[in-house]
Amino acid sequence: MYTDLVIEHFYNPRNVGIIENPDGYGKVGSPVCGDLMEVYVKVSNGHIADVKFRTFGCGAAIASASMASEMVKGQPLEVAGHLTDEQVAVALGGLPEAKMHCSNLAATALHAALENYYEEHPEARPSEQAE
Amino acid sequence: MSSDSRSVYMDHAATTSVDPRVLEAMMPYFVQGYGNPSSLYRLGRAAGKAMDAARVKVAEVLGARPTEIVFTSCGTESDNLALRGTALASRSRGNHIVTTSVEHHAVGNTCAQLSREFGFEVTYLPVDSAGTVNPDDVGRAITGRTVLVSVMYANNEVGTIEPIAEIGKIARERGVPFHTDAVQAAGSVSLRVNDLNVDMLSLSGHKFYAPKGVGVLYVREGTLLQPVQTGGGQERLMRAGTENVPYIVGLAAALELAHAGLSAEVERLCSLRDKLIGGILGSIPDVHLTGHPTLRLPNSASFAFWGAEGESLVLHLDLAGVAASSGSACASREEGPSHVLEAMGLDATLAQGSLRLTLGRENTEQDVEYVLSVLPGIVRKLRAMSPIYVPDALRQVTGGSVRGTGAAE
Repeated sequence: MYTDLVIEHFYNPRNVGIIENPDGYGKVGSPVCGDLMEVYVKVSNGHIADVKFRTFGCGAAIASASMASEMVKGQPLEVAGHLTDEQVAVALGGLPEAKMHCSNLAATALHAALENYYEEHPEARPSEQAE
Repeated sequence: MSSDSRSVYMDHAATTSVDPRVLEAMMPYFVQGYGNPSSLYRLGRAAGKAMDAARVKVAEVLGARPTEIVFTSCGTESDNLALRGTALASRSRGNHIVTTSVEHHAVGNTCAQLSREFGFEVTYLPVDSAGTVNPDDVGRAITGRTVLVSVMYANNEVGTIEPIAEIGKIARERGVPFHTDAVQAAGSVSLRVNDLNVDMLSLSGHKFYAPKGVGVLYVREGTLLQPVQTGGGQERLMRAGTENVPYIVGLAAALELAHAGLSAEVERLCSLRDKLIGGILGSIPDVHLTGHPTLRLPNSASFAFWGAEGESLVLHLDLAGVAASSGSACASREEGPSHVLEAMGLDATLAQGSLRLTLGRENTEQDVEYVLSVLPGIVRKLRAMSPIYVPDALRQVTGGSVRGTGAAE
């Protein structure tokens, strides 16, 4: 059911943890549904200098968060803001249809962290903000 | 984490291997003894004889008559026949079915279809926090229009054994046929139908070392039942289709083997199970044993881990060579949490951390020790990356019910 890349990111997830005094923090999902995701970002010069995540969720959720964190680390904010769940799934070599909501969770949690940053730093928000 | 990776299968509730002795019993009926039991010539008669002998064996284990044994393709088909076959045959008598909220989907979804498409009313009885049905609830639920009571013998997710004999007694007093889905019970507990007070009983071969693709429905003489699968009239008009002779022979051999050495194997499994349960509760904090603490299958060790999700537990155990399963929403084919854990009142988040380990014939003490050596580290790793794990949160959630105290993290 899972690609080798999903399995690899699941067993060796990248960027797991928290950031003390993050510049942005996002939390989405519901533990009752079996998935909850937290994303922490550190911003420097309009780029994502560091990103960390924690998740209570299945293989696809952990792999999606790991892949998403790799895809945005070091990227300019507005590039990170364009990350979609499909991009994460494609990067993982595909996810079963039933697990697409997990990649959605990763992308959404990241956007929530960015949104949290923009609330404190409205001047940093790119002119064409992707939702 | 672990020094040597082994291969440990602990998902016997899902399926079992075919015992070599069972395979040997089956082999004559593929290439040489392949006759259709309904044929007049000797090749057919020989196949018929083998099938009859198998029927006698199964009947003996159940304490039933051979004429009361219907061979099917699986436990699900047996449940479908018991439920739909009884309901549709009984429409002039009534339209009410009593069952439980913890049944396997083969019973639950069949009842749902009977309700949706045939106008039956279904009462799904509640269970307590251990997953046990109260026989008095059964009595209270039965009305003048009840045509069937169906309660599973042992639960597939948490291993709880239901009070079948008591429920059967009540159903009999009220004149209502009583079916039990005994798919998880074979090879663990007695199947004597007269002790159980049942009118119908379902079995599934691949849970007791017979192949997948064969099952049994016991039907007490005089029980009103119509076939679900119609055609050439086999199985005394109850289940049409050319009989799968090798698989029927295999099932009978497997059932006989399982129940011949029952008490010794049960003792062995209980010992391994208790060592596994004790080890997990003792070494891992914030874990809850699900199901009844004592009235549970000899091979079933089921848990809910706070803050570690079920599918992730299963995948990490797989990496360590251990096969286990989970009822979490992500781990199953459905999008929701386990209806069994929900019916037992388990906190929904806790239920996402469910893990089921079910032992079998080939498991040894070394297997148990190995699992105990790898599981704590897996749970620790998942909890470290989980935003919700807070030690002792479990106590607030379960109100102090059976849980592991473990070592402080």
